[in-house]
Formats: sequence, structure tokens, C-alpha cells
Amino acid sequence: MSALQFSLRETPPQRLDLSALIPERLADLEMAEILRLSVTTTRQPLCVGDVFTVHPGRADEVVIEGGSARFDEVGAGMTRGTLTVEGEVGARAGRGMQGGRLLVRGDAGVFAASGMRGGEIEIGGSVGAFLAAPGPGERLGMAGGLVVVRGNAGPRAGDRLRRGVIVIEGDTGDEPASRMLAGTLIVCGRAGARAGYLMRRGTLVAAQAAPLPTFVPIGSADQVFRTLLARAVAAVSPAAAELLGKNLTRFGGDVATLGKGEMFIRIGQIAATG
Amino acid sequence: MPELSRNGVRIDDSFAEAFDMRATALVITADTAAWARIAATSLTGFATSIIACGVEAGIDAELAENETPDGRPGVRVLMFAGSTSELQKQLQNRVGQCVLTSPGSACFAGLEGVEPLKLGDAIRYFADGWQISKRFDGRHFWRMPVMDGEFVCEATTGLTKSAVGGGNLLLMGRSVVAARRAAETAVVAMRGIADVIMPFPGGIVRSGSKVGSKYKGLMASTNDAYCPSLRGLTQSALEADIVSVLEIVIDGLTPEAVAAAMRAGLAAACALGPEAGAARIGAGNYGGKLGRHHFHLRELLP
Repeated sequence: MSALQFSLRETPPQRLDLSALIPERLADLEMAEILRLSVTTTRQPLCVGDVFTVHPGRADEVVIEGGSARFDEVGAGMTRGTLTVEGEVGARAGRGMQGGRLLVRGDAGVFAASGMRGGEIEIGGSVGAFLAAPGPGERLGMAGGLVVVRGNAGPRAGDRLRRGVIVIEGDTGDEPASRMLAGTLIVCGRAGARAGYLMRRGTLVAAQAAPLPTFVPIGSADQVFRTLLARAVAAVSPAAAELLGKNLTRFGGDVATLGKGEMFIRIGQIAATG
Repeated sequence: MPELSRNGVRIDDSFAEAFDMRATALVITADTAAWARIAATSLTGFATSIIACGVEAGIDAELAENETPDGRPGVRVLMFAGSTSELQKQLQNRVGQCVLTSPGSACFAGLEGVEPLKLGDAIRYFADGWQISKRFDGRHFWRMPVMDGEFVCEATTGLTKSAVGGGNLLLMGRSVVAARRAAETAVVAMRGIADVIMPFPGGIVRSGSKVGSKYKGLMASTNDAYCPSLRGLTQSALEADIVSVLEIVIDGLTPEAVAAAMRAGLAAACALGPEAGAARIGAGNYGGKLGRHHFHLRELLP
């Protein structure tokens, strides 16, 4: 049996809350019930049947055809199965996700993977600001799982990251790994200004970055850890694995705070500080 | 007495009696194979018998670069104990003193077991707050700053409760040299079997023991029935032509692995013949009442 498929008929008339379209929510529903699921974010009622044509299939494999920047909360709270979006999505994709796999073939908006606890997210395009960051009023950002972004990320990627691995194959906006608590953020391109700003613990790897003066060079043997990490990400991102195998310089910081974090930067790519 | 024989070597129609044990495995890597071996040898030192060492431990296999988690040469080590708590205690003491300390080493789980045993979880405190926890790919590692760089140690390793200790062969020769050659040859063959160790020096024990003693407080004492110098003075198990007896003890992660090792050892020893190697091969047991696993030589012959 093929995947359960939602095909977008036309540009949605409002932003949509698609958090209902996850495998565990759809598993026991009849087609009529699926069509009646609410996706509205305004006072104007809107349900699945109003915007999507639904093709029945296995609920543990959900496909949304035709993306839109108005698709919010795609895959939010997901715990199992796979969800594929053949296009772009809006804000908070995979927010609070605990398991399963979310694949977005296009771009994603702000707060993708926010508060994520487990599972895997792959974004084929680029993501907006605050990738994997805490939601409003929350203390922790992402605390488990794996996120791969094939394109670029906006500012504050990995803000207050607590656990898990994020790979950004392109560049990032300003302050990647800001206030990071632990976990791993790999930037295969150029990390934006003030990388690792106020980071307490954790690992930031970047092909290119300009460390703040509050990061101190601490070149030391670390090949075992880097090999383990490279092998862990090789299957999902050969580019990240390759970067980890290069000659990297290690910095410790941010000593403006706890200072137990680390930043690996490819030699020869360190921009001038201050 | 023996009606079984192979290549002129008399085989006792007897069995090795073995016991259930708790076991774990580690993979130790280093910058070179030699340094991985040094760490592993140190870790498995003084680990011949649980009677006084706490654990029985040994090297199971040398691993090439493509067989280890970090792509460096390594060694797989097995450790056996009578209880989970003793195994845990020995594991953290030995890894802490012998692997953490060894230049360039790293230490990983060598077994997926039914329960976790603390590995890096027990040793991380050495780093005095500078330890770094890393989780990826479903595994958890601790990184500890040390003077030559960083000691990477997996948080836990696996425990198996279905391990077997005490598989054995008794190699009886018409000379000291012949008995030793038979034992050496059998050990070499057994080292080719996965998931087993021969914990005694060079894999061989010359002081096989019986249960109990005339002295209070001694759990085990010399196996007088197999001591050539006591022939005639005690209830000897040795014929007139036997001059020297050596034993090989085998611990394995599974009964099948122990049986495979005994089979390999028997075949290698028998191939030497009664003059160059053992004239007679037997196995040690306690009448079959103490251990759950009985490995009958008859079923393991080449």
C-alpha cells in the first residue's frame, strides 16, 4: 500500500496549522475524519478537505504534495513514521518532535526543529532564524535527535541547544550556537558573526568562522572524538564527515560565560578577530 | 581405561564441567596496535581465576583499523565474573587504572548485552568537571581531558548472563616438553575461536585444582589425582607413562563458543600424536553436580 498523500489544491487562504498531519494522529482515522481535521489558525474555520485532496494510504508514511510558506507546525510533536513534504514549509516545522523522520524537500521557516527531543529532520533547502531554538518561555532548545539542513540557516541556529546533532551544509546567519548548553552543531560553510556567543558547553564545528575574543585557542589531540562524530554523520551528510576529517583548530569558550564549550575551525579559514 | 583414541592419543570418555558466569567485552584502541595491546595486557593482568583475582579476563581478538569504532587498531577484551557487582567493580577499577592511563587509548563497548555496565559513566569523574558528554548515533561517549590529549570512553558496555566459565582440557604427556607442546599447540588453535579466552598464563595452567582443602579457609587445593609425583601415594588418575599434565581453562560468552574452542584444541593436540604431544587427553569435572554445562570430549573429537 502506498503513502497517505495530501495534495495541495491551491494557495491556502491563511496560514495553516498542519500539526494534525502526523502518522500517529492519522493512524486510526477514517477518510471522512481526516478531511474534517482542523488546520485553521484564524477565526475562519478551515479543515483538511478545504485545502487538500487526500489519497488514502498507509498512515505511517505521510506525504504532503505542494509546499507553501504558509504550512506551519509541519510534523510538530511527531513520534514515529515518516512525513515528507514535497515543497517548502513555514514556521516551526518539526517543533517538539520526539521520533520518526521528517523530510522537507524545500525551505523551512523560523523555529524549525524548535524544542525537538528525538527523531530526524532533513530540510532540503534553507531554514529561517532560530533553528532548533527554544520556543517562547522555554529554557531549552533542541534536546535530542538529528537535524540536517542542505542549504543555509538563518540567525541564532542552535540557540540553547541541549543535546543532539545539527548539520548545516551551507552557511549560517549571525550567532550560530548562541547560548548553547551541549550538543553538536556542524556548519559545513561559513558560520555567521559572533559564532558560539555565550555558549556554555557543546561543540560547534565550522569550515569558516571568526571566533570572538572570548574564545581561546586550545589546540589538542581530539582525533578519536572527531572520527566517531564523522562516522555518525557520514550517512546523512558526507560533507560534514569530510569537514571533520580535515585539519581543524580548536577553541574553547565562551569564557564570557561557563566557557566549557568548544569550536573547531578549519585551518586557514579563521577570519580576523576584533 | 580409555577406549577412545585419535591418532594414537588416548581420549578419556569424560566431560568438562562448566559454570554460568557474568561477562562483558570491551574494545580498546590506540594510535598503534602495539599500544592497544599494552593497554589490554595491562587490563587483563592478574585475572587468571575468580578465586583470587575477582575476574577472569583475556584478549579475545586483535582488531584491524576497519573493525573498530574510531578507525584505529584495537583489541577486544573479555571479562568474566561470578556476579554482576563484582564484574562492575573490576571493570571500573581495571579500565580506570590500565586503560585511562595508557597513552593514546580509547575504550568502547565490546558487547550488546541484556543490561548496561558502567564504563565511562564510572570513570568520567576523573576529569574533575571538564568531562564532556557526547551522544550521537544512539551511542553515548565521555571525553575526558588527559595529559596527552583526550580519553574517549563509551558510557556503558553490555553485560551477558549466559556466559560460561570453566571449559577445560587436561593434556597429559610422556614428558614435560611433550605436555607443554600439546598445550601450546591447543592454545594457538583455540585463540582462533571468537568469544573465548584462556585466562591463565599463556592460556595454560599447571596447577589444576580440586575443590576444598585439608586446611580450613582454603577453597581449592592441588589436584592430587593428576600430580605425577603423587602417583601411588594418592588416588591417582594417571597411568605409569604420564609424566606431566597441563590444563587449559576456557571461558566463553556462550556455551557454543566454549565447545568450539575445546573442539579446536582437541583437534590440534591430537594432530601432534602421542610422542610429540599429549599421550592422553582428559577433562576436569566435579561429578557433574556443580556446573550446569557439561562438555563431553566424545562429542567434540575431530
